[in-house]
Amino acid sequence: MPNADSAVVLEIRNLSCRIGERWILRDINLEVRQGEAVVLLGRSGCGKTTLLKCVNGLIEPAGGEIRFQGKPASEWDPIQLRRRMGYVIQEGGLFPHWTVSANVGLVPELENWEPPVIEERVRLLLDMVGLPASEFGPRYPRQLSGGQKQRVGIARALAADPPLLLLDEPFAALDPITRLELQKQFLSLRSAVGKAALFVTHDVREALMLGTRIVLLKDGAIDVIADPVGFLAARTEEARLFLAGLEEDWRRQNEPTPGR
Amino acid sequence: MNQRLAGEILSLSGEHLLLVLIAIGVAGSLAVPGAIALTRFASLRRWMLGFANVVQTIPSLALFGFLLPLPFIGGIGQHTAIIALCLYALLPILRNTLLGILGVDRAVRESAVAMGMTRNQILWHVEFPLAVPAILAGLRIATVATIGTATIAAAIGAGGLGVFIFRGIATVDNTTILAGAVPAAVMALVADEGLEWIEKRLSRA
Repeated sequence: MPNADSAVVLEIRNLSCRIGERWILRDINLEVRQGEAVVLLGRSGCGKTTLLKCVNGLIEPAGGEIRFQGKPASEWDPIQLRRRMGYVIQEGGLFPHWTVSANVGLVPELENWEPPVIEERVRLLLDMVGLPASEFGPRYPRQLSGGQKQRVGIARALAADPPLLLLDEPFAALDPITRLELQKQFLSLRSAVGKAALFVTHDVREALMLGTRIVLLKDGAIDVIADPVGFLAARTEEARLFLAGLEEDWRRQNEPTPGR
Repeated sequence: MNQRLAGEILSLSGEHLLLVLIAIGVAGSLAVPGAIALTRFASLRRWMLGFANVVQTIPSLALFGFLLPLPFIGGIGQHTAIIALCLYALLPILRNTLLGILGVDRAVRESAVAMGMTRNQILWHVEFPLAVPAILAGLRIATVATIGTATIAAAIGAGGLGVFIFRGIATVDNTTILAGAVPAAVMALVADEGLEWIEKRLSRA
């Protein structure tokens, strides 16, 4: 659709969501453009994961509208919609009875690509996430470390070249060193493939490092939307709380050791 | 004399095995699809499991007795025994299949949905293969139990190794009882080991 809005991959208007009587999300407005990495930041229970699940139809919103590639989500076949959004979750969610190659090739397979094309694509993606296909392709998920599983998860999400990536705390369960490694790789991957991404985290550092825009959620509503530099200057109570943690770390790292 | 006994053990063992195989075959082909259907209709789950549970609590001799006077499914002979054995085998298979499918890791199921798999694709490519070890465990439990219960089928004229046991009891002859009990026990052990072996091989693959 070559109109002025063609760069907008995802558009969320007045979205609200509730479970029973409790409102999980209230009046969310958000756009994600081609090449953007929008980070949804917030503490546990703020609704960030729910928002992600609303986007790919795992949760039915109570009100508002989601448009994906210019078309309202309600007009998409949910299966087709999901195949156009790569999805990565914290626990990996790899199929334990499938090899790494089969896991990565899942969506192309569902979309009936030709086997040689799938094979080529899987090889390319595994190389891209730093797991050579010849070595890792035939392995099973249980033979991988936590970091390797998440890499496979990312490769799987990218497999069918979806216009949008959804990532739900993909690095939260990793040790700090592996996490940093994967964060760096995510950055370089993103600059290579230039996809839109919606990234959920509770880690303000990760948000500042990976996001081109940060959306701070508080009690199911948007508290701050800003680019990383703007976010550092945000003055809402919730933003200050998140940034205070950051300052604390900063101070601890830069203070001269006592006694010197 | 001894040769005649050996021949009879063999033929009654064959009858016994046939009873068990038919009963497990029928129970399996009812309970596995039944359990799969139950994963989708949560409201029916309690009723079906409840029914299978109640059947399980009926003493086997009594169940054979209850079935005897019923038209079509009852009466003296093998088919009545097979129906009773089948009813007993339902629960372990049903329950294990159900638990196997419902027990699939939440993250795995969630990512299957999120990657755009349809319900049928999730069932056949993810849930069912991951439930196979549990289903086999259910079949194993059911088979071993059925081999034991099938000895009672002789009480309603269905034959099998129970014939020896009842004859031995009637004549107060331990040797005859053992002629039925030992082959039944061996059969149960072999079935247990064999099915466990298959289970292990499949879950390793």
